[in-house]
Amino acid sequence: MRRLALFLALAFAAPASAAEEVLAGLSQTRVAISTDFRGSTILIFGAVKREEAIPEDPLQVIVTIAGPSTPLVVRKKDRRFGIWINTESVTVDRAPSFYAVATSADWPASLSEVEDLRNKVSVNRAIRSVGAPRGIVDAGSFTDALIRIRERQDLYQTRIGAVTLTEATLFETSIELPANLTEGNYTARFLLTRNGRVIDTHEEVIHVTKVGLERFLYNLSREVPWAYGVLALSLAILAGWSASAFFRYIRGQ
Amino acid sequence: MQIYLPIAEVSVNALMLLGLGGLVGILSGMFGVGGGFLLTPLLFFIGIPPSVAVASQSSQIVASSVSGVLAHLKRRTVDIRMGGVLLGGGLVGSAIGVQVFALLRAIGQVDLFVSLTYVLFLGVIGLLMLIEGLNTIRKTRTGARPVRKKHNWVHNLPIKIKFRTSGLYISVIPPLLVGLLVGILAAVMGVGGGFIMLPAMIYILGMPTKVVVGTSLFQIIFVAAFTSMMHAMTNHSVDIVLAVLLLVGGVVGAQIGTVIGARLRAEQLRLWLAVLVLAVCLKIALDLLIMPAELYSVGPVGEH
Repeated sequence: MRRLALFLALAFAAPASAAEEVLAGLSQTRVAISTDFRGSTILIFGAVKREEAIPEDPLQVIVTIAGPSTPLVVRKKDRRFGIWINTESVTVDRAPSFYAVATSADWPASLSEVEDLRNKVSVNRAIRSVGAPRGIVDAGSFTDALIRIRERQDLYQTRIGAVTLTEATLFETSIELPANLTEGNYTARFLLTRNGRVIDTHEEVIHVTKVGLERFLYNLSREVPWAYGVLALSLAILAGWSASAFFRYIRGQ
Repeated sequence: MQIYLPIAEVSVNALMLLGLGGLVGILSGMFGVGGGFLLTPLLFFIGIPPSVAVASQSSQIVASSVSGVLAHLKRRTVDIRMGGVLLGGGLVGSAIGVQVFALLRAIGQVDLFVSLTYVLFLGVIGLLMLIEGLNTIRKTRTGARPVRKKHNWVHNLPIKIKFRTSGLYISVIPPLLVGLLVGILAAVMGVGGGFIMLPAMIYILGMPTKVVVGTSLFQIIFVAAFTSMMHAMTNHSVDIVLAVLLLVGGVVGAQIGTVIGARLRAEQLRLWLAVLVLAVCLKIALDLLIMPAELYSVGPVGEH
């Protein structure tokens, strides 16, 4: 049944995507996290390829970048016996570590509610929460809180109108990756829409990896934990001893 | 100067970490406390994930304690025999404590339990030290000589040992028990336990204040090293870059702190430690009592 639906969807979508196609490029498909990593700006540009005249209705472009998804727990504090403690919690099934969405127009114009639900474009839709446990009435406030917390850390960004579209053919935008980035494969998604309906999509992968010392230390801590622990302790003892020796030396002068 | 921490996976200001380490190091050298009870909340505050903060600061404690102990060894204010006995109890205690921690984690609410233990212990110990310190200072002002209790129940137990540096001839049972209790608490609260150990040494064991700081630091080295190793092996949460930045600041601070500590009078030192302990206690208590600005928090699945 599902396959049939997918087939039908593709069959109907196919002529549209053949008419207008998105061709896109990224300024970089690799982000290296080195010791002095302070965030990175990804320039995104592209063009719309078409074989016929530009249709009347305005074309819109949406670009999203999503980090690897992990399950999370959102906890809420409540006052019990006069003190604030964690009480209720909701498990969020799938939340990207980073999510940015840039559009060329505001929401209803660039993407309809139904298309958003289907393609999971807006930040709200990109996060999926499982059914809240019994007794929790406002599960939505937990996902809202997650978005609020991550927006404050620049990990979730919604940038309406940040995509510039020239002559309904060329588009460009830039997305800031913050310094508190985690490793993994990030997906850049491009959506062409008209009247809120998606007419073509395209995906690219950005590899975010630790390099050099960061890579070495991270691997060591996972693969040979005892050696990593000994290394940490030896550094600590050495530093303690040398500071002591140094101070004794300058006091001896 | 921003630097990316490989395990914590956040970018932080390196100079700020050096400064934090330095500050805690000074306190560590002055009072003989590891400083974990101060550093851990500060690291949370600048956005280091709690598990990484707790694990990494234990290696910073090793470094500043080594640095402090060497300074104390030179001044002959470390009772190694007493330290060894306390440590023996302490390691057994921390092994028990890890189990207690796991149990609490299974029930949930480990954060709350840790906060409440902090408030209780810091509050009681801080108040006792404050009252004691004020009394001593008043007595010295009025000219009365401080009376040191020579004999209490501690002196009537069997298996007596001579602790020459402390000038004590007491049973090994009380120091073993003190070590054990502090070990349990330290593991549960994720700290070296110096701030509990110090008053216990002074008030229960009757050790002279001069020896207490060095001896406490001596045993903290081993407890913290043990904890650090455990974290690296089981949780992979020791961030070596974070630890190095903190400890470079910390070892320098510890040296300065030892010098300051040697210049202050013992009663004053105790009074200041009391004020510090009470301040941290008040901060944690207020966090529990005042409505937080953000009621929600985000954490990985399977961690409480």
